[in-house]
Amino acid sequence: MPQAIRSTPIHDVVVIGSGAGGGTVTQVLADLGINVTLLEAGPMLNPARDYKEHMWPYQVPHRGAGEQGEIYFGKNPYPFGYFAAPAGGWELAGEPYTVAPGSQFRWYRSRIVGGRTNHYGRFSFRFADYDFKSYSRDGLGTDWPISYDDVAPYYNKAETFIGVTGSREGLRSAPDGIFQPCPPPRVAEVLVQKSCRKLNIPCIPNRMAVITRPTNGRLPCHYCGQCGRGCVTASNYSSSQVQVFPAMKTGRVKLIPNAMARELITGADGRVTAVSYVDKETRTEKQIRCRVAVVAGGACESARLLLNSKSPRHPDGLANSSGSVGRYLTDTVGFDLSAHVPALSGMMRHNDDGMGGMHVFMPWWLWDRQKEAGMPRGYHIEVGGGFGMPEVGAFHDTCSRHEGYGKRLKQAIWEEYGASVNLAGRGEMIPNDGTFCEIDRDVVDRWGIPVLRFHYKWSDNEIKMVQHMENTFAAILETMGGQVVRSKESLQEKISVGGTIIHELGTVRMGSDPKTSALNGYGQAHEVPNLFVADAAPFVSNPDKNPTLTIIALAWRASEYMAEQMRKGEL
Amino acid sequence: MTRRDIIRNAALAAAAGITTVASGQHVHEEVREQAAAGPYKAKAFTAREWAALRRLCDLIVPADEKSKGALDGHAPEYIDLLSSNNPELSSLFTGGLAWLDRESQRRFNGADFVSATADQQMALLDLIAYRKNESAELGPGIRFFDLVRRMTVDAFYTSAAGIAAVGYKGNKAVAKFEVPLEAIDYAVKRSGLG
Repeated sequence: MPQAIRSTPIHDVVVIGSGAGGGTVTQVLADLGINVTLLEAGPMLNPARDYKEHMWPYQVPHRGAGEQGEIYFGKNPYPFGYFAAPAGGWELAGEPYTVAPGSQFRWYRSRIVGGRTNHYGRFSFRFADYDFKSYSRDGLGTDWPISYDDVAPYYNKAETFIGVTGSREGLRSAPDGIFQPCPPPRVAEVLVQKSCRKLNIPCIPNRMAVITRPTNGRLPCHYCGQCGRGCVTASNYSSSQVQVFPAMKTGRVKLIPNAMARELITGADGRVTAVSYVDKETRTEKQIRCRVAVVAGGACESARLLLNSKSPRHPDGLANSSGSVGRYLTDTVGFDLSAHVPALSGMMRHNDDGMGGMHVFMPWWLWDRQKEAGMPRGYHIEVGGGFGMPEVGAFHDTCSRHEGYGKRLKQAIWEEYGASVNLAGRGEMIPNDGTFCEIDRDVVDRWGIPVLRFHYKWSDNEIKMVQHMENTFAAILETMGGQVVRSKESLQEKISVGGTIIHELGTVRMGSDPKTSALNGYGQAHEVPNLFVADAAPFVSNPDKNPTLTIIALAWRASEYMAEQMRKGEL
Repeated sequence: MTRRDIIRNAALAAAAGITTVASGQHVHEEVREQAAAGPYKAKAFTAREWAALRRLCDLIVPADEKSKGALDGHAPEYIDLLSSNNPELSSLFTGGLAWLDRESQRRFNGADFVSATADQQMALLDLIAYRKNESAELGPGIRFFDLVRRMTVDAFYTSAAGIAAVGYKGNKAVAKFEVPLEAIDYAVKRSGLG
């Protein structure tokens, strides 16, 4: 122990980051009687003040277009719309990142208690058993050091605690869980289901982190369709409302907002002794001593913190003698296609807001016929459609399709309102050597912390997947009579820009071999036993499932292991 | 907890969601202030420009026997507010409105846009409302009309009048989510998937 700071107390566990991973660790440890100090780089969240749930667009003079009408100039000051929950952004003032020449990457960061869980999509899909062993299946990527059976009990705990909708389907690619009832499909979703049935594609009730039954004192969903704005009744999952705030009531959690972690300090034995952070309010540096440090700042942010934690014993950054920190970065493959569906045109108006997201989805169906699919990995399909609350830009497409003005324009808008269907594919990227992040030697942020530089390449699997998605989506939409307009762009132009699906992960991966991985199967650093990583950085791969549910399950598993090790005196 | 409690709590929460949001409150106050101060005074436009803008918005989304129109939805006020905050947008509008006046004067014996007859105004719009008329002569008008039309449509359909016109029924707390069978039948029959 460093003698110089002996007078300050030693905290049990310091958790860095309050999103899905950090929120889960905080909740689980506090429940097990362990004191947690939670550092969050952004401010405190106040749902009553910060959420714009149930506001009408006309309650704001600019209606959501931006104070200066930015959306008419191709700019968007609000990445998820003006009315979205406090959500961060693609660029943060004073906190840059750089992208290497020849690469495209965008990094979404949310500095606030709860992080990106305040606004995220809330799709909650378990990984399949084969997803943990994909190298063994097709020789690509790397197997996880743990299996589905290791994680399943924690999927159960996570689903039971946060609440997830769904139905039991018995599909191997989309394992069943502990579900609350999912509301019935909207009319557009009924058409999608019928189209899919004709095409032999499964289309099943959606699995969303929304409660439809009272759960742990939280009210069930009131079906206003505005999950993305933040829910004043906490009927959807956010780590802020569902984990951090309740955990603070135990008296065992100390939350320090506006605390930007700079470095993990290690002692002579190589263990973490303290976390150094910048108090943003005063721009002063502070240190807190700890028994255990849990890094959960978001995959790339966590890699950055480790790479910036250099010492004579850890010259390439903490927990990085394998050189794997920052490597194996992936994002989800994204592509979407919309159609005007005349069958829906002029339909009787009804309230179809429902949950804030689709009520059905299509899990990957060719997992045992990948050769037929023409690429090694798969994707799932998300559905959009229905009468949403009108917003700025909602009828720009209709305007493009119908020139003119006056009564005829009004009639066209009336008929086309609610008559389009969007399909979005979300697929698995295989880690490749050309995709990683590293410290940019030339740039520091406003706190003096060296920033990340990104390198990004899609490989053949991902590019082929986009073609498969486009053909499949067109078939589904055309089967219901939809009018699809295919873009003439190349596949390389059609595929999402890296990072924009906001599933970046893999940058501090787990593995059984310390030579090729940073962490063991519990997210514990091979070479620094009192250091854990508990966001999506430990992921070995990201199958065609959104990562948050698995972040929660793995963080829960890590927390129980950590508590047990602390009880035994190992930590 | 009974079903009734759930509905009541959710409804209370829904109401709370509106009234506790500071910016929403701010807008209500602003609207009240405006009402007290009398007729709206344009911030970014002269009286002549303002009159032309109002006429243009009214022609794009007119009130009719079915529903209200752009003036009820405060489309000119929306364009004025954003223009007053953004010199680039303001220039697009003052330039576009001046172009419209000059074209009107040239074609209709010196009558500017507001002074032209309704038939003349529509004859001019019929030239700039369609991409097929693209030419060096009409190009600026076509691009201006595209912007005014999008902003007018946005303003109207995000107003209470426009939301009623398009028939949106949501933004409320309900205890159970249900889809009318009649709506499903309508779409399924028309889709040929029945």
